[in-house]
Amino acid sequence: MDMSIALILGQDGITNGAIYALLALALVLVFAVTRVIFIQQGEFVAYGALTLAMMQSGALPATVWLLVVMGVLVTALDGAKALKAGQGRRAAAVAGWNLAYPLALAGLLSVLPANTLPLALQVILTLAIVVPMGPMMYRLMYQPIASAPVLILLIVSVALHITMVGLGLLFFGAEGQRTPAFSDASFELGPLMVTGQTIWVLVVSVLLIVALYQFFERTLYGKALRATAINRVGAQLMGISPALAGKLTFFLAAFIGALSGVLIAPITTIYYDTGFLIGLKGFVAAIIGGLASYPLAALGALVVGLLEAFASFWASAYKEVIVFTLIIPVLLWRSLTSRHVEEEE
Amino acid sequence: MKLRHTLLAAIGLAFAATAAQAEIKVGVVLSATGPAASLGIPEKNSISLLPTTIGGETVSYIVLDDASDTTTAVKNARKLVAEEKVDVIIGSTTSPASLAMVDVAAETQTPMISMAASARIVAPMDDKKRWIFKTPQNDQQMASAIIENMSANNIKKVAFIGFANAYGEGWYEQFKKLADANGIEIAANERFNPADTSVTGQALKLMSVKPDAVFIAGSGTPSALPQKTLRERGYKGPIYQTHGVANNDFLRICGKDCEGTLLPVGPVQMARSLPDSHPVKASAMTYVEKYEAAYGAGSVSSFGAYAWDAGVLLEAAVPNALKAAKPGTVEFRSALRDALEGVKEVAGATGIYSMTAEDHLGLDERSRVMVEIRNGTWSLLK
Repeated sequence: MDMSIALILGQDGITNGAIYALLALALVLVFAVTRVIFIQQGEFVAYGALTLAMMQSGALPATVWLLVVMGVLVTALDGAKALKAGQGRRAAAVAGWNLAYPLALAGLLSVLPANTLPLALQVILTLAIVVPMGPMMYRLMYQPIASAPVLILLIVSVALHITMVGLGLLFFGAEGQRTPAFSDASFELGPLMVTGQTIWVLVVSVLLIVALYQFFERTLYGKALRATAINRVGAQLMGISPALAGKLTFFLAAFIGALSGVLIAPITTIYYDTGFLIGLKGFVAAIIGGLASYPLAALGALVVGLLEAFASFWASAYKEVIVFTLIIPVLLWRSLTSRHVEEEE
Repeated sequence: MKLRHTLLAAIGLAFAATAAQAEIKVGVVLSATGPAASLGIPEKNSISLLPTTIGGETVSYIVLDDASDTTTAVKNARKLVAEEKVDVIIGSTTSPASLAMVDVAAETQTPMISMAASARIVAPMDDKKRWIFKTPQNDQQMASAIIENMSANNIKKVAFIGFANAYGEGWYEQFKKLADANGIEIAANERFNPADTSVTGQALKLMSVKPDAVFIAGSGTPSALPQKTLRERGYKGPIYQTHGVANNDFLRICGKDCEGTLLPVGPVQMARSLPDSHPVKASAMTYVEKYEAAYGAGSVSSFGAYAWDAGVLLEAAVPNALKAAKPGTVEFRSALRDALEGVKEVAGATGIYSMTAEDHLGLDERSRVMVEIRNGTWSLLK
């Protein structure tokens, strides 16, 4: 191995690491606020990438119908409750967001020649389809059992993960998709060939991390989420709705997932089940951060990305083994250094 | 009481009469549903195109679905032999199911023609496998086509990258054996997962040994990733792939990075472009035309051809077996086995079959052609 190979591997590792970092941050956020281990994170990546690909192939993305179905269910649940309580305006708002919005989006997509639109608009439309599924999923699956033990929440996550993979196969088919790059620019930096897409991934990741930091430090909603993460009951006593906190968290997680998918779709071929492995690597990074520390999780993600890149050079047959074995010394170290507190039971 | 006895006897006689009636029964086990359905469905379609009379006798086909499950395949094989009293079994679609059915066929002395690829179904030859035949090419035939092409182009040093599963390992074994015999050096041996999102590390390793050519042993669209990465990193040399990528989804994903890729395929896929002098052209075209007339233009695949060739083998062997015994008897099944083993120079859609006591596949280098991806489509290498 010479310097140039090491540099190229480093670049590859950092690009992948940036995506893992975004996913790891989302995982930590979801766990801190709702105690849900968000296994479906990876599926949002795949849904984002494949919805964009489907739109570009000129077909109506099938995910929009999933959004409509979920919206109808949410409207039935929340709308009925609001009507019973005599809150007509609230019922209208619920129906507006959960019924009218998905239907309007479906109508818009079936009229628009989506495959001829500029890429930026396509990306926005993709996010508009996939991201609202996050809060809807929280409302339908997690909100009714919000105070259940972590184990039950985990089992629900596993069930949702399997359902989403199955639906993904139904929506997108078994074959993989690739989307065109955001920019074809590429320039040489010494022995490195840096492509425009790599820069997009890195810049968007960093911007998103900074934006999240600002959100949690400076906005009321961000502070509300932090408060919920630190002390759920206390936050509720201060008037922070746990349902709102949950939905907001899932909105952010779905946004990060779908955006990551859109970012990596030009770099690699995405299949309906690709997301799981990507999500799992984000999970390894989140574990390094103890499912609590954002900077440690982001650092862990870079370590995972770099380790993966170098392992694939030296021992490609054992790459995954090496990456996932990383979790053992980390868990050992964490269990030895931190005081273990049993949260429930 | 007496009446009942007479009745029973009459019914018994009636059944005996049906059994003695000369009709050749072919039992088919295939995977029309489940994970192997994309292979099993064209096979099932092809079975309905097989001849209904051979040597003046009617042939009936009883098709059972094993849902890509080994246990169900064995159960179906038993059912066909015990209840339907079939003379020959065609099946199954997948290698594990076919291997499991070997025992049933040997135990009941029923000849069986498998439509699965693994060489282990018919080799090494033993007392059980003498009842088993198969129609698809072995990986070894495909590998030898690649080796021949490499030798012809004076390639001495090859970098190998394959799936980190049975497919990649199997190919590496076959390829290494032939490469060693032909004085081709395998300078790098790497693996990747079908689900991998980056193979930069492996690609750099392959390029660092400065190979004359790279050989990628993967199937379907995941096999495009190493090729794209190699081209992106500036590798200019020739790239070989296996027949596992020979579908249009691969072309769609790989795009312009796949120009010039070399790979072996079965002749069915290239039937129209084969020169008229090619020994398989006529027999492959017969199948292609029949299949497309029934199921639409462009619908033909090499998997259906494996089922079709099982029918071709029967058509060649049954007349000889009929001289020895009547269908529905042990003697007929044994005679049919001998006749199948004696098949010589029979042209199917996949190649020319010449069986021997040792070789129950009987295909040679006429069972594959080399193609190049040119202008985004497959074109035959002359």
